[in-house]
Amino acid sequence: MSINATLIGQMITFALLVWFTMKYIWPPLFDSLEERKKKIADGLAAAEKGQEQIVLAEKRAKLVLKEAKDQSSEIVILAQKRANEIVEESKHTAKQEGERLILAAKGQIEQELQQAKEGLRKEITTLALSAAQQILGAEIDKAKHQDILNKVSSQLG
Amino acid sequence: MATEAHSEGATGYIIHHLTALRIGEGFWSLHLDTLFFSVFLGGVFIWFFKSAAEKATTDVPGLAQNFAEMLIEFVDQQVKDSFHGHSKVIAPLALTIFCWVFLWNFMDLFPVDILPLIGSMMGIEYLRVVPSTDLNATFAMSISVFFLIIFYSIKIKGPIGFVKELMFQPFGPWLTPFNLLLKLVEEIAKPISLALRLFGNLYAGELIFILIALLPWYVQPFLSFPWAIFHILIITLQAFIFMVLTIVYLSMAHEDH
Repeated sequence: MSINATLIGQMITFALLVWFTMKYIWPPLFDSLEERKKKIADGLAAAEKGQEQIVLAEKRAKLVLKEAKDQSSEIVILAQKRANEIVEESKHTAKQEGERLILAAKGQIEQELQQAKEGLRKEITTLALSAAQQILGAEIDKAKHQDILNKVSSQLG
Repeated sequence: MATEAHSEGATGYIIHHLTALRIGEGFWSLHLDTLFFSVFLGGVFIWFFKSAAEKATTDVPGLAQNFAEMLIEFVDQQVKDSFHGHSKVIAPLALTIFCWVFLWNFMDLFPVDILPLIGSMMGIEYLRVVPSTDLNATFAMSISVFFLIIFYSIKIKGPIGFVKELMFQPFGPWLTPFNLLLKLVEEIAKPISLALRLFGNLYAGELIFILIALLPWYVQPFLSFPWAIFHILIITLQAFIFMVLTIVYLSMAHEDH
């Protein structure tokens, strides 16, 4: 149990160990620890920032959505209005067209009536002539009585 | 070993276990077993931490790096808690003390007969495997710490300041001789208490292991198992105490009054 030179040997060993630890062990491990701490802190900060951005983006998305909804309802209202207008317009044109058609039909009817009248008059003239021819027979010469016939014909018109 | 012990008697067995492998006579003799095991364990410590330091990355750490970093963080926390100065030496010093003392003490958990038995096979007569049961080892460490305390006291306070503190505290200049006596006792008590505390705990622990080993084989497990479990706590605690007291003493040396 005596104290002897082992003490000195142990002290030298201890000094060497402390020196080695100080020089080669503590700094790299400690630095890597600190660096990792910083990395983790940065990562956490970034995550928090990301979270904030998500909140902001959500807000923005909501805003955009609301805008889009507003716009779409506006568009729907406009479209409805336009549709009403178109319906009104077409009703109007249809009415006009109808009136125009009626007018045209009336005109045609009038014309046809005139034509029919003309035709009838000519036919009646022919009929009257033929009747007169038959009644008068050979007595009446077409050439001789042309004047009279013309007079009759013009009276009929 | 057991039969040999019976032939020599229980006392012979105990003494044999607690005798160091020694060469030389008088002061200039060496305890080869203490030197060998402490250097070897120092090598284990250096090797483990060096390999962890070399592979140190700031990404996800490996198992070894994780463990080394855990120890470093633990020691660093202790240093930050009790030491308020700024020193590059103290934290690595504390780490070295903690790990080295722990490894010394850990040798206590090997079965008491196994390493001496292997030694005797190789022709080594005496082998005391726990360096902290050698006063030389514990005193070497505590005296080194003592030198550091003196060194830092002088470095921080200046030679005059240090002498002043020795002479004029705590009772003022009128009681200088008394102050000096008190301070000297206080300073010298530090390394002595450090060394003897560690030595005493481990020596007693080892002695109890040896005593248990003398009992009949069917009793031994029921005693040595709980004692070993308890010892796991003791060896860690002793290493921790040595480290923390070193930090505290050095921080006291750094404080200027």
